[in-house]
Amino acid sequence: MMLLAAFDFDWHAFFFMFFALLTCGFALAVLFTSNIVRMAFYLILSLGASAGLFFLAGAEFVGAMQLMIYVGGTLVLLIFGVMLTAQSRFVTMKTSSGEWVMALVLGGALLFLLLTAAFRVGDWRTGHPNPANVGLAESKTTTQIGMGFTGVRVDKLDAPEGSTLVSGMSGYLLPFVIVSVHLLVVLVGAAYMARTKRRASSAGVGA
Amino acid sequence: MAEFFQQIWDSFFQTSSESPGAIAYLVAAVIHCVLIIHVVAVGALIFIWMERKISGRIQDRLGPTRVGGAFGWLQTLADGIKLIAKEDITPKDADAMLFKAAPYVGFAASYCAYIALPFSDGWVAQHMNTAVFFILAVLGIEVFSPILAGYASGSKWSLFGAMREAAQVVSYEVPLGMCVVVPCMICGTLNLVTIGNMQAGSFTNWLAFNDPFTFIVACVYFTCATASVNRAPFDLAEAESELVAGFHTEYSGLRWSFFFMAEYGSMFLVSGLAAILFFGGWHGPIPIAEPIAGVLSLVVEPLLNFGRYVVGFVVGDLGQVTEGVVATQIANLMGCLNFLVKGTIGVTVMMWVRWTLPRLRIDQVMTTCLKYCVPIAAFGFLGALVWQVNDLPTSNDMPVIGKNRFEVRESWVYQAEKELRTTSGDQKSSPDDQQPPFDPHQATGSTELVPQGAFVMKGGAR
Amino acid sequence: MIGISPVSVSHYLVVGAVLFVTGAVCMATKRNALGVLMGVELVINGANLNFIAFGSKYLRVESLGLDGQLIALFVIVLAAAEAAVALAIALNFYNNHATIDVDQASELKG
Repeated sequence: MMLLAAFDFDWHAFFFMFFALLTCGFALAVLFTSNIVRMAFYLILSLGASAGLFFLAGAEFVGAMQLMIYVGGTLVLLIFGVMLTAQSRFVTMKTSSGEWVMALVLGGALLFLLLTAAFRVGDWRTGHPNPANVGLAESKTTTQIGMGFTGVRVDKLDAPEGSTLVSGMSGYLLPFVIVSVHLLVVLVGAAYMARTKRRASSAGVGA
Repeated sequence: MAEFFQQIWDSFFQTSSESPGAIAYLVAAVIHCVLIIHVVAVGALIFIWMERKISGRIQDRLGPTRVGGAFGWLQTLADGIKLIAKEDITPKDADAMLFKAAPYVGFAASYCAYIALPFSDGWVAQHMNTAVFFILAVLGIEVFSPILAGYASGSKWSLFGAMREAAQVVSYEVPLGMCVVVPCMICGTLNLVTIGNMQAGSFTNWLAFNDPFTFIVACVYFTCATASVNRAPFDLAEAESELVAGFHTEYSGLRWSFFFMAEYGSMFLVSGLAAILFFGGWHGPIPIAEPIAGVLSLVVEPLLNFGRYVVGFVVGDLGQVTEGVVATQIANLMGCLNFLVKGTIGVTVMMWVRWTLPRLRIDQVMTTCLKYCVPIAAFGFLGALVWQVNDLPTSNDMPVIGKNRFEVRESWVYQAEKELRTTSGDQKSSPDDQQPPFDPHQATGSTELVPQGAFVMKGGAR
Repeated sequence: MIGISPVSVSHYLVVGAVLFVTGAVCMATKRNALGVLMGVELVINGANLNFIAFGSKYLRVESLGLDGQLIALFVIVLAAAEAAVALAIALNFYNNHATIDVDQASELKG
């Protein structure tokens, strides 16, 4: 009885493990599948699971954004592309084994480098002593993000005078506007490029 | 809810703990999951029966009358048994893995969106600060189910259905998002519980009647929601006269029924979202829930106290029920019923529309979205914005029973502040707590960082 | 729990590294243009995970704060723009070559 009562289970770590395994596992599945539609499906699952990691890290808004734009928008676009360019059903393209070996060796070296770097700094390794006690204000960032986009950094009001934080007070208004304009230009450009004349009998399904 | 189970745990094993333990969380999570899955599954059971009855009445016939008496209310259950018993066929040309996975994707998305949907004040599986956004995002994922099903079936009808579905749902997300932003803008939050509570009082406080533009936006929202859950007249993806059955042509048995559970689940979801965003959520048209709950609690509270006293002999003293909790919970229960009725009315309207209007052609569907819904939604959004910024009179200002909307919001901010104080009181040592409680109005007001004329909530906490 | 309690920034960095490397290898080995695009998405997502990890209040006492989340938002939006352009290029390529195999695009090879 006392054992049960004292049984403390870290749900944060558990769900981190769960989502991390899903994310990495499906990312590897994307790599090792040759069927393009299955790749897209695994990519959906991998990105969705990484949205779960965002939620766990307290970034609710970014997680929802990831689900909405990445998974609900970009990947639908990708699958559209797959359907429009499929020559025959379930087409697969084989990669030569030499390329595989080379890519995997280089990738393994890169992974080793990144993993070494990830555990290099002590502060990164230790973690928060008591994540359950992070205050309410820190956990609810949506309003702060919104104010940040309109050029007001409400999270930095208490920075001491003369510190580097104060210079960041201007917020993200200019980048926000630039990104908006950039997005508009890109969408117009993409629509223009995709509209070029089709050659006869090249289209599988009419768009 | 986890706190509640921890209390029970503590009183049972004579322990005391500050925060809920792992097992309390587990029990609470399981209960939430089971409750929500019943909303989806039992909801589908009832709505399919309702659809048959309604379509029957609209076509001047009776609908099912045999199974379960004169109203045929067991018909769906009989159908369900048939579907479970049916052979599960995978076509030879199909990509078996994707073919099998596709129905679950749709069902999981529809089910997942319910996590953030409140059924009454605070009765929500996960009280999220970005609930509206989350629900929209997860609804957007549902589109993968028809796309994958259509592609993996290896049938041209399925593929056509999937392409239509993808084009339609992705386009209708744009006006849908614009419409949803309007109530969020008026309330100043993405939190559905707060948005619902800000419409407390009589029906004049409902956001649909806030100003003329919000009413237009509410109508556009409902149109786009109907389209985004693929209901007639926008059900081109499964147009039986053109595409056999669209993306689920090759499906049979239980997998086929998963598509339908997902469809009816998301129908109730978007109707419930409409109820919360525009039609008062769990608040009835006339504020009578609280007085009734007060009267009822006079009877229920002594009974509960007596029950706790009796049980206390076995497991140890449980003490008395906290004052006022019973009345609140009864009011919440009535609110939940209110919400379910509103959601069901929304679903009924969708059925009415389905059996009344003819199906649109694909180009007409796109025209409706891009040439009508998007401009009207944008116009409504701008109008509501101008109305709000210029402080024009709204129906919320009328002298009727019920609180002013911004008193509700302030009490919410106050509540958040209080919670913060209690959490930071526990751990003075952590450097994280040096920040004062976050309050956008006070914070920006004190340092005059908000440009004049920028969008500031009227009557905010300054 | 399996030695990762409490979760720290390093654990997020490991996931980000795996995503990044997977994406990079994906870009190198896939012959389908859209497969290459999927590799790019994985790489971007791995980078984004790092921004979120450094900005999270739950993983470190002295965190990057809001900037991590804001930059992650910009990255997501820019990734959407990138995907739109890349898809347009892929469609154009398909229209001109009647295949989506990137190895076929070798006219400029001397």
